[in-house]
Amino acid sequence: MSQPSVRVSLTVNGVGYERDVDPRTALVDLLRDGLGLTGTHIGCEQGVCGACTVLVDGTSVLSCLMLAVQADGCEVATVEGLASGPELHPLQEAFWEKQGLQCGFCTPGMLMRAKEILASDPAPTAESVREAIAGNLCRCTGYQFIVESVLDAADRMAGSASESTTAPKS
Amino acid sequence: MTAPAERQHTKVTNWVGKSIRRVEDPKFLRGKGGYIGDRSLPGMLHVALVKSPYAHSRIVSIDTSEALKVPGVVAVITGQDALSLADPLPDFGPDPSKHTWRLLAAEKVRYVGEGVAAVVAQTRYAAEDGVAEVLVDYEPLDVLVDPEEALKPGAPLVHEALGSNIAYERTFTFGDVDAAFAEADLVVEDRLHWGRSGSQPIEPVGAIADYDDATGQMTIYENSLSFTSYLFMLAGTLKIPSHKLDLHPVPAGGSFGSKLWAVKPAAIAGMCSKAVGRPVMYMEDRHDALANNDHQGSDRIYYVTLGLKKDGTITALKLHSIEDYGAYIQFGVGHHGNALAQVVGPYRIKAVQYGLQAVFTNKNQQGAYRGFGSEVNNWMLERMVDLAARTLEMDPRDIRRMNFIRPDEFPYFIPTGNVYDSGDYEPVLDKALEMARWDYWQAEKIRLREQEGRHIGLGLVTCQERSVFSATEFWFWFDEPGAPVTSMPESVTIDVDALGNITATLYSCAFWGNSPETMAAQLIAEEFDVDPHSVNVVYAGTGQGLPATGPGGSRFTVMIAGAVEGAVSKIKKKAFAIASHLLEAAVDDLEWADGGIQVKGSADARKTLGDIAITAHLFKHSLPEEIESGLEASHVFDHPYTTMPSADRKDLGVFYPFMGHACHICVVEVDVDTGKVSFLDYVAVHDAGTMVNPRSLEGHMIGGTAQGIGSSLLEEFVYDENGDFQSGSFLNYLLPTSMDVPTIKCGHYETPSPYTPYGIKGGGEGGRMMAPGAIFAAIDDALEPFGVRVRHLPATPERIVEALEQAGH
Repeated sequence: MSQPSVRVSLTVNGVGYERDVDPRTALVDLLRDGLGLTGTHIGCEQGVCGACTVLVDGTSVLSCLMLAVQADGCEVATVEGLASGPELHPLQEAFWEKQGLQCGFCTPGMLMRAKEILASDPAPTAESVREAIAGNLCRCTGYQFIVESVLDAADRMAGSASESTTAPKS
Repeated sequence: MTAPAERQHTKVTNWVGKSIRRVEDPKFLRGKGGYIGDRSLPGMLHVALVKSPYAHSRIVSIDTSEALKVPGVVAVITGQDALSLADPLPDFGPDPSKHTWRLLAAEKVRYVGEGVAAVVAQTRYAAEDGVAEVLVDYEPLDVLVDPEEALKPGAPLVHEALGSNIAYERTFTFGDVDAAFAEADLVVEDRLHWGRSGSQPIEPVGAIADYDDATGQMTIYENSLSFTSYLFMLAGTLKIPSHKLDLHPVPAGGSFGSKLWAVKPAAIAGMCSKAVGRPVMYMEDRHDALANNDHQGSDRIYYVTLGLKKDGTITALKLHSIEDYGAYIQFGVGHHGNALAQVVGPYRIKAVQYGLQAVFTNKNQQGAYRGFGSEVNNWMLERMVDLAARTLEMDPRDIRRMNFIRPDEFPYFIPTGNVYDSGDYEPVLDKALEMARWDYWQAEKIRLREQEGRHIGLGLVTCQERSVFSATEFWFWFDEPGAPVTSMPESVTIDVDALGNITATLYSCAFWGNSPETMAAQLIAEEFDVDPHSVNVVYAGTGQGLPATGPGGSRFTVMIAGAVEGAVSKIKKKAFAIASHLLEAAVDDLEWADGGIQVKGSADARKTLGDIAITAHLFKHSLPEEIESGLEASHVFDHPYTTMPSADRKDLGVFYPFMGHACHICVVEVDVDTGKVSFLDYVAVHDAGTMVNPRSLEGHMIGGTAQGIGSSLLEEFVYDENGDFQSGSFLNYLLPTSMDVPTIKCGHYETPSPYTPYGIKGGGEGGRMMAPGAIFAAIDDALEPFGVRVRHLPATPERIVEALEQAGH
């Protein structure tokens, strides 16, 4: 049953929000219903499918299992923050090019997990990507093109990193 | 109708056959997919269902008084209330009045998870609070879970009005079965069981309904629903005039059959909206999706006999099947009708006896899942061919080759009457064998067995993938169809605006992970020489809809290609008439070239599509009188090749004519102590006719294979002896993860259909239709030293260990 509201302050994709929430509200419901950020999806509500994966202070969490009040004072990153305006993030470009999605429903969670993977290991292998995304279920693709997408994104990001370091010389 | 004229596919294509990026994807990549759960209407309420904890119980009473006191709860609708609010759900079974299927159970519940009341509240949280306060008094009845027990006298009755648990039974005979068995030198027999799994997309089914009691208009948004020409049935359930129902399809987070005919969620939302006078969302949660869905897959026992000559020639197939349909019979026995489209696989089997008993039990009802019953038949047939090969000590490759239908025998009519339009099976097998390094793995199998005590096995299947159904499979079971063949149309409207920009309007379900927009855009791009990413694709609601059927049975790409072909032809005809006026040349002297119309061979005397379009839209008065303003056309494409069954049903007619084919080869290792199966290699070579977007087809092949792996090894809806449901979450209904699915090496072979635009065949279901047979063959091969044959799907570690123990390991 509902309880008296609690004030939550958090930053999502660089924007600060303050909301009064029922303390039992899951973070994913605050994001979707409270903030209108419906890119984070609900698949199982029991922490198995990974569709609701977001980054909280840089670490992936299942936002169906985290209460909104637990995110008080945190920085949350969701799929809506990946692209810079019209320009897609290299991960999004790679998923598009490699058809790393079919229905797109697991994709936001998969992209956020992939972002975390590449942050910790910019040059992963197919095997390490498979292991790292094992907590994110995809029912469409059989994962193969997702793995190819993450590897392609790693190449793109390495490419752009080296471009930016070499840019001043040219 | 008779066979249509054969087409020649001589055109060199620019866009058909290219693996372009899908046009659907940017919105999904940005998290702006607009799925049903992302949508809201002002004042919208939410539904949660009270579900039965019992498999079979009389509902004595329901007390909603405490639930109505819960803050936020607006209404509670019980099954008794629903009796007057809504009529029964559509049921394609033989006699719906004897097994009535309702939105909510009224008198008694028939499976764990069946809805008994709907709580409508301000938020889903409040609705769930209300569910916890609804008090239902149940009187448990004897439970029926074993379909073979259901056949026995004295078994508990799932539907008393029916008087037995047999929903339907019939035996078809095609060809001279007795003579064919008499001709056989030996018969092989087996009992096989395919257990039930289901599609379980990551997004469950959901709908928002908005009933306007001032106008009587019911608007429903759903994710989504095929068979849009059949929505008068949903209107009937909701007790509204069919033309007052407007269903707007929204993108779906996966379907695989689950959203093919998802009328129940739409009807629950619609009934509640009508009752409370406000927009209402019903969104299944995962437990709803697992326990109270309309799309659990086939659950089939086979008693099967194959007749063979000593040289391996298959003479006859005889089977009796007991299908456990669960508590209701949504699609009638269409799953078996589907199997009859390709019951003999790619083989020249001349005689078939096919017996079916469709049985009710206390389980969730069946629905559609990728393959729709044909995947089960493929698995059964390949199991039997392998058993025959083992009995005859033949190589699994050789027995298949010698029984293949030959390339010069197409179009080939199988004994059931369905036609295989085209095919060439040997090259598909050869390609797969080469890609799989068959000889290498055979040697490796022996080496590992002898030197390391490891058990690996090779599995090979050659199977059919029928595509593009007419609806005959649902009704040929009954002697009096009361209707001619069904046309199952698909439509498109193509509009070229004043600047020459192109919009295509689709009329069936939106998108569920397939690529309807990419297919339409590539086909339009091919015809008009434009960039497919410039084509705008939108969806009409059914209220303004043209006839449409939508995806299902791997039909969409073929059917939309026909619709696009027709609409483009109409637009080009008008464009030529306008260009003739603008260029002052006879139509016969003009040609289409590079996105415009020109005087033949003369690029100087030319009008672009944009030039023509602006004239068509704005300057009609400068054109001949008979040309109207605008440059758009619609086309309704009807099923191109379907024929009536014979009255005696010894010939079922043509109902699934465009026949894909595939060879899957896998190499597995079985841990004989734990029963764990691991993949060492996996190859899939498919022939889906001409490919439109090879990469997206491969996506389906791989994704379907992953689902086949799930069905074969991991997934099962388990009901214990009390009918208690053991698979109510993803913790115990196991979808394959990235660690369970190996890399699938894909190969293609193209045998264009002579009857479809560009020669396209459907290809959306193939992976799941092939993988189970290959995996089971590989497990058998690995366990061959123990004499083990796996007969029950899924082959879980527990079942493999049990089989090994029985074999004395």
